[in-house]
Order: sequence, then C-alpha cells, then structure tokens
Amino acid sequence: MVEVIDAAAALEHTDLSDPANLRATLGATLIKNVRHYSAFDAAFDVFFGLAARSLAESDDDDSGAGVGGSGVAGSGGMSGSGDDLLDGLVDALMRGDRDHLRMLISRAVTLYAGMQPGRPVGGRYYSYRVLKRIDSDALIARLLAAITLPESSSEIDQRLRQDQANLMLQEVRDELDREVTARLVDDRGAQQVAVSRRLPLVEDVDLMHATRTEIAEVEKAIAPLARKLSTRLSQRRKLGRSGRLDVRRTIRKSLGHGGVLLEPQFRKPRVSKPEIVVLCDLSGSMATFARFTMQLTYAIASELSKVRVFGFVDALDEVTEYFGTGTDFAEGLIRMGSEADVVRSDGHSDYGRSFQDMWEKYADAITARTSVIITGDARNNYRNSGVEYLDRIVERSRATFWLNPEPERYWDTGDSIMSLYGQRCDVVDQVRTLRQLEGFVEKATLPVVRRPRLVV
Amino acid sequence: MTTSWNEPSSVADDLERVGYLADARIAQVVYLADRLDKPILAEGPAGVGKTALALALAEATGRRLIRLQCYEGLDEAKALYEWDYHKQLLRLQTDEGATWDDLEGDIFSESFLLERPLLAAIRSPEPVVLLIDEVDRVEVETEALLLEILDAFQVTIPELGTISAVSKPIVVLTSNNTRELSEALKRRCLFLHVPYPSIERERAILAARVPELPEVLAEKVARTVATIRNVPTRKPPSVSESIDWARTLIALGLEDLDDEAIGSTLNVLLKYQADIDKVAKELSLDPADTL
Repeated sequence: MVEVIDAAAALEHTDLSDPANLRATLGATLIKNVRHYSAFDAAFDVFFGLAARSLAESDDDDSGAGVGGSGVAGSGGMSGSGDDLLDGLVDALMRGDRDHLRMLISRAVTLYAGMQPGRPVGGRYYSYRVLKRIDSDALIARLLAAITLPESSSEIDQRLRQDQANLMLQEVRDELDREVTARLVDDRGAQQVAVSRRLPLVEDVDLMHATRTEIAEVEKAIAPLARKLSTRLSQRRKLGRSGRLDVRRTIRKSLGHGGVLLEPQFRKPRVSKPEIVVLCDLSGSMATFARFTMQLTYAIASELSKVRVFGFVDALDEVTEYFGTGTDFAEGLIRMGSEADVVRSDGHSDYGRSFQDMWEKYADAITARTSVIITGDARNNYRNSGVEYLDRIVERSRATFWLNPEPERYWDTGDSIMSLYGQRCDVVDQVRTLRQLEGFVEKATLPVVRRPRLVV
Repeated sequence: MTTSWNEPSSVADDLERVGYLADARIAQVVYLADRLDKPILAEGPAGVGKTALALALAEATGRRLIRLQCYEGLDEAKALYEWDYHKQLLRLQTDEGATWDDLEGDIFSESFLLERPLLAAIRSPEPVVLLIDEVDRVEVETEALLLEILDAFQVTIPELGTISAVSKPIVVLTSNNTRELSEALKRRCLFLHVPYPSIERERAILAARVPELPEVLAEKVARTVATIRNVPTRKPPSVSESIDWARTLIALGLEDLDDEAIGSTLNVLLKYQADIDKVAKELSLDPADTL
C-alpha cells in the first residue's frame, strides 16, 4: 500500500512522455526485489507499451494490411521482400538505429504474423511465425558477414563477433515481442493480455518443470538462502550475555574508572560450527531436483567447512569432492555423473540399500553435531524400506530433515513410502519452489534437547 | 551548496562532471530521492559502482560524506550514539557533594554524548550525504536501528528525547544481496537495482576512468568482459576489475587484445583459479598463454 502512495507521489516528478522514465519511477517505487523485475517488465510492456506502437503505426500506413486485414496478409510477403527485410534489419542493427529497426519489425509483424483479431493464441505463437520468416540463422550469417574483423584476427575476435551477432538477434527478438504484445493489447485490451502473459515470480517457479532461464534465475537466489540455512543450523544459543564472566577483562576495564568494578565483562558464548550431511536421490525422475539440491549444497559448502554430500540411486557414494571450495559447479555435476558410483544393479531408486550403505560405509560422517538433509521422493520401487538404518542415522544425528519435491497429495501413493520415513525425521517438507525452500529454511531449527546417543 | 536539480538530466550532468556515468534510470531514481526525501537502496553485484554513486553524489553536490560501514555485530553504540562513560564518571567525581538531581540532568546532556555516523548525519548543520554501506551484512535485528532515521530523519535518545534532522541528508544504502533485507527496510527506500552495465555504458565508463586507453581497445575490453560475464563463473568480473584490466593492459604496453594478451592478464579479471581455467577454455585460449 505504501508503495502505491510512493509511486503516486513520485509520478509528480516524472516525465510521463518518456516511457523509460516512467519505467524507472514505477520500478523504483513498486518493486523491491531484483527477482521481480522480469515480471514487472512484462507487465509494464503490456500496460504502457502503447506509445511505441502508435509510433510504428504511422510509418506503417502505406503497407495496407492492418491487424484486422484480410487473411492474405499472412502469405502476402514474397520471398523478395523477405530478403529486403533482412537487408534492412542488418543495416539498422549495424547502424544501431532503433527507430528504423522498430519500423521494420512492425512491418514484418503485419506481413508475416498472420494475426487474427480475437483469436485466443498467446503472443509467442505470433513471434515464432515472424521469426521463422525472418530466419534467424540467415540473419546471424548476414550479421557475421557485416561485422568487420581486424586484419590479424585471432580466436577472441571471432568469439566477440559471434557474441555481438547474438546480441543483435536478441535485440530483434525483444523488439518483436514488444510489437506483438502491443498489438495484442490493441486487440484484446491490456487487462486480458496481462493475465495471459503473467509470469510466475521466480519463487513460484515449479522446479520440476522449470525452463533453463528460470533455473538460472532460481540459482541466483539460492546463495542468500544457503547462508541463512547455515546460520540457522548453527544458532544454538540465544545471543546475549549468556557466556561466563571474564574476570581478566572485567578488571582490566575497571582500571579506566579507578579500579571500580563497574562493568562485568563476559566471555562470548561459543557458537557451534554445524556439520551438514546431504543425502540426495540422483535417480532419473529426480534429475532436475537433484541439480537444485546440489546447487543449494554447493552454496552451503562455501559457507561452512564441514559439509559432506552423498548421492544415491540404488547404491550410495560420496560426491563431496566434486562440489568443494574452488570447484566449478557445472563441472562438478558432470564429474558426478560420470565418476560417482551410485548405481548397483538396475538404476531404480533403492532407499533401503542406500541407507544401509550410508550406515555401513560412512557412519562416521554423522556425529551429534550433524544435521542430515535427505532429498528425494521416497519412491522405493516396492523394495525393502531399510528403516532400521534410517533409524540409526536419525538417532545418531543432531537433526534430520527430509525434502520431498513431490506434491504432498501424492505422498504414500503407489510406491511412495514417505510417511514411513517421514515420521522418523524432525522436519518433512514439500519443496518444489523457491518459496517453499524459504519456508523450510524458516522451519529448520535444531531441536533444543540433544538426542541420547546410540551406543554402537 | 544545496541541490538545484529540476530534472533528472541535470542529475546525470552533475554526476558526469565528477566522473560518474549515470544511466537514465539511476539519474531518475536519484532525482526522485532528492524530491521525495527518500533513501536510495542500491542493490546489485559487487563492484558495479553502488558505493561510488554515493561518493559521486557527495562530490557533485559539494556535501560532506558520512559513511557507516556495516558489519556483523554492528550495534547502536557504534552506529547511532554512545554516552561518554568516562567523562560522566569524572564529572561525578569532581562534583562530590552536589545533589543528585543536578548531576543527573547534567551528565545526560549533549556534551556527554558521543556522536556516531547516523547521529552525526542528523545533527550536521549542513546537509550531508549519508552512505550506509553493505547493509546486508548486519543482522536482521540491527536493521531496525535504521528504520527511524530512514523514515523521519530523526533519532530518539531515551534520556534526551527526539533529535530531528537539521537538514535532510541524501541517504544511500548499498547491498550486495547476500541476504534478503527486511520488508520494513525496503518499504522505506527507493529501490535501485544496479546491474552490470551494458557494453556501451561500460565503454563510456572505461573512457572516463582510463582516458589514456585507445577507443578501439576500450570497445574491445568492454565486449570481452561482457562475454566473460556470460560464462557462469563463481565471481564474474566487476566494473572495477575491468577498469583495473584496462590499466593493466596500458601498463604492460599491450596495444591489442589478442589471445595471448588476454591469457596472460586474466588473473586481473578473475580471482579464482577454477574461473580462470574455465574462461580460458570457453574462449579457447591456448593453455600455454594462460597463467
């Protein structure tokens, strides 16, 4: 609410005829999180992109076929004009002439998008049709030819040229999306387009079905969360003067006021360094989620030194070394895929065997200071559950958390034995989106009472 | 000198005069902050010029800069004010025999108050620029200390009452986004996301900061850095590092950026060996050239 009032106050000081200015004002007052910018930009284009549209329109009048023009418009462009278009685009891009580019794109949309009023298709479909006619490969090739290389060109020059061409193609795409959006708004009204174009916020993106760009966005947000989780797991005492009296410092301090013992000094309470053990299901169905778990683990590992990671399918192997400090995450994933020994027989998840492996081979990784985080769908393919081993792991650890990416309503259906495992853990949580992970981090406090240690 | 900005472009001009290139968005947000008396919360990766913005604002407006560097464990006594304990004690000792009422009123007066950055910014007779740097480093609880200042430009001291700002400071908070700041803090600020600059802007920054760099080379440095930022590294090169890089190239007398020149100077841009290896591979540099 305050944001809206701020925005209104700020608008008084904004040049409303300049869309960039308006965007800056609304962005600064309404949006308080970097992650929400892309959603904001999309909405802004829908509601305030009209100015650009009307500008293009006036250049466009002579081309005849408008948005609601005859159906022929779609097939109207001859191959010759396609080439002209390509020439024009290359020329505009090389000169950095935005207005000319906008006009060309507008014309291309009229000719090739084949937009039909009222037809309930998303803008992406139209953009795709135009882009297909423009032929992005041909455009890249033409751009590469147009960008001059220095005489003694080396690898790097070619690489830079490639990047520059790609950037220009992206410019065409963005302009195209804007134009199509503007026309859809004309056709159906901003409100409706806004609804159909609404982007999910990054924290609500479903990790199991995320696109590559979405995953990249999500991964950016993980580091702060990992830090928070690390501190939460290390907070055992409340901050404050709970430490023991420090006699030496108290007397030393008193010298400043003539030996009067005015201010007692306390020792800092020792904060325990948490140890974390992650058990991650790497089977095929969990691939996307495993990547996310590893990213989280990788981020935690840069915060805490005592992190060990184990991957399993139907056998369990330690994968810590691929994700330690100084390693590269993507490379770690590749190495884990090729080197880790996580498949024993058929490559279907076997939680029982994996817990047994964990206990028999790596029990020493778990101490009374260890928080164990298990990620997986608890789908055991009707195999032996191995709860007796999970019990031992849980009992020996400080706390055990289970993150399951499956929606809660599917738990315990089919071969899922989530409850059987879940009742043994301190926290069981459905984590499918970043928001849910945030929720888990809030919940993940350590139990106050230390469990009696299991005598082995 | 007070601010006399009546449009965003004059903000940009003033900043450019002191060597800070603000894009339209930064200029607009600074202008709004000045008009609405609101703090700016600048967030973005390290080394893109968030702190430099505050420094440049101070220089451009001729105001004094007061800087509060945040760190874990920062508290009221170091951020706001502290009573001068020893002075109070001395005062009590010199005045034995005086009545308690006299003394109490006396030792809790402004002359026994030690100013810390936030209070200093409020009490300064001339308007200042207050920079609260890396605010994401303090604990969530400590953030609350800042709220009263950000909201109403005032500080409440229990023994003295409320001290209001004599002149409204320009407040810039910076955050590297290592943790989520509280809603309460964000709500009080204008949010300014400072991303890595576009190629054109980086080239302009290079030209302004390293004037001896030939134009062709500046363009190429900007493009190469942009390409490297697209490689997923642990720590992508910041603007300050690309400026360092440009200076390095000049110091080494390198006139063109070829594979060898890049390979032998990558360590100026990248600070992790894994990153250097990765970028060298991505740009298909000859391993013999790289460090």
